[in-house]
Amino acid sequence: MQAIIEHPWFLPLTVGIVIIALFPLVAAYIVLAERKLLADFQVRLGPMRVGPHGLLQPIADALKLLLKEDVIPAAADRGLFWFAPVISTWTALTAFALLPFTEQLHVVDVNVGLLVIVAMSAVGVLGIIIGGWAANSHYPLLGALRSSAQLVSYEVALGLALICGVMSAGSLSMVEIVQAQLERRVWLAFDNYGLMFIAFIIFLISAIAETNRLPFDLPEAESELVAGFMTEYSGLRWGLYFLAEYASIIVIGGVGVTLFWGGWLRPFPNVSWLEVPLNVVFPLAFFLLAALISFRLSRRLLRFSRWRALLMAATGAALAGVGLLFLLPVAHPTLSALFWFLFKVGLFIYFVIWIRGTFPRFRYDQLMDIGWKYLVPLAMAAVLANALVGMLRAT
Amino acid sequence: MWNALFFYLFALIALGGGVLVITRRNAVHSALWLVVSLLGVAGEFLLLGAEFLFAVQIILYIGGVVLLILFVIMLVNLDQAARMRQFNRQWAIAGLCALVVGAEIAYFVWRGGPQAFQLATPVSAGPGEGNVEQLADVLFSRYLLPFEIASLLLLVAVIGSVVMAKKRS
Repeated sequence: MQAIIEHPWFLPLTVGIVIIALFPLVAAYIVLAERKLLADFQVRLGPMRVGPHGLLQPIADALKLLLKEDVIPAAADRGLFWFAPVISTWTALTAFALLPFTEQLHVVDVNVGLLVIVAMSAVGVLGIIIGGWAANSHYPLLGALRSSAQLVSYEVALGLALICGVMSAGSLSMVEIVQAQLERRVWLAFDNYGLMFIAFIIFLISAIAETNRLPFDLPEAESELVAGFMTEYSGLRWGLYFLAEYASIIVIGGVGVTLFWGGWLRPFPNVSWLEVPLNVVFPLAFFLLAALISFRLSRRLLRFSRWRALLMAATGAALAGVGLLFLLPVAHPTLSALFWFLFKVGLFIYFVIWIRGTFPRFRYDQLMDIGWKYLVPLAMAAVLANALVGMLRAT
Repeated sequence: MWNALFFYLFALIALGGGVLVITRRNAVHSALWLVVSLLGVAGEFLLLGAEFLFAVQIILYIGGVVLLILFVIMLVNLDQAARMRQFNRQWAIAGLCALVVGAEIAYFVWRGGPQAFQLATPVSAGPGEGNVEQLADVLFSRYLLPFEIASLLLLVAVIGSVVMAKKRS
């Protein structure tokens, strides 16, 4: 047993399997969170029918997707139509392998990690374009063309924003980037007298564009293109695209958190007296509060149906249990690091959903204007300014 | 042993993809096989310890060049081209050229003897220094002038394309 645990392949394989096994579930629940949040923004309730407060809705949706008929258009290029969603999902999941969840908890740490993630997202675009083309239909083709133009444009600004971060961290390895932030005693978003924050904003905007989210969801704008490149897809293959989209949101959130928000580090990682309040009390309070809310909801549900109340109470108990784990000294350092990483990624996802609920979609020429006329020059200026300030500070 | 195995695997991917690029009738299929071929080349870079070139190969060639090729293919009507004869009158001359180049390569391989088939051993980076740092050091000190000339060339291409696009409208 000891020999297995200490084998160099043990941790990467375990983390990899856990990611692949858990990811569909996580994505499904992010969708539920998104629907609930959007409902809240629009003062309605969102899914309420399946399970208490719609808690089992994702599982019902997943079952529906799995059981649906898989329609392939008669004029489609069958092989490519079949293969395109696989490209998207495969590249998105491969990028997961490079995310450093904690200092030890990651699949691989290569010395060009960030570049490999960018490369994976570059190949992932092929999935969208091929899918749109292979359907041999007008709306998907238009969606595919739009998406290739959009993704290529915003990749430039994204790359320049990433260069700012890499320059400050002095490394392309994801783990070393976080370690550099520990050494510099500052999260990179606040480095260089606030100049890095410009790079972070550019990153945020182009990250939303890269993941095809509103207000940049022109490749699948439903009021113009039905569903864009996904129009002809149904069932499991559509589900794969869906999975890829949410995977890329998490990946790009993970990249942003690693590069600009200190990765697995807690806030103020060098102030030692904050260790207990931030690593134990905060997560504990976070989960216990969530548990408390669940218990209150459960008591209210008791009036309607017993098993719904029971399920809600069980959810609350599970949340409380996770919170109490933070009191264990054995699991502590890894657990709190993991908590901070996932917490920050969660904040990013919340922000992305918030943006979706707030902004209207851009027109196509506005999109290109923002990309090329504002973001790219601004990003170049940010690179120049950060390089100058960084050099002056180093000497 | 593993190195050699992976070398031949990636070589097969690169060359096989290349052959399929020129034999497919459908232009989109050709472009996709080009992606496969480029991925094979990227794998060879990785095998030689050039991680930076591996990533850049994928980002620039697949994420940039092939993507734009696909973009153009989808905008232009190529249905007619797919139905045309694939070999035209110049195939005899092209074959002759390929034969001459092939003979040239074969001659040098023959002269090189058994060493010609040995894999180059990658130069290992110094401690605490990766492939990226080494490349940057060389590129921005010894080869600064060629690097800048190349960037100037790209700049000219960018301006040229903007001028051409302006003229049309």
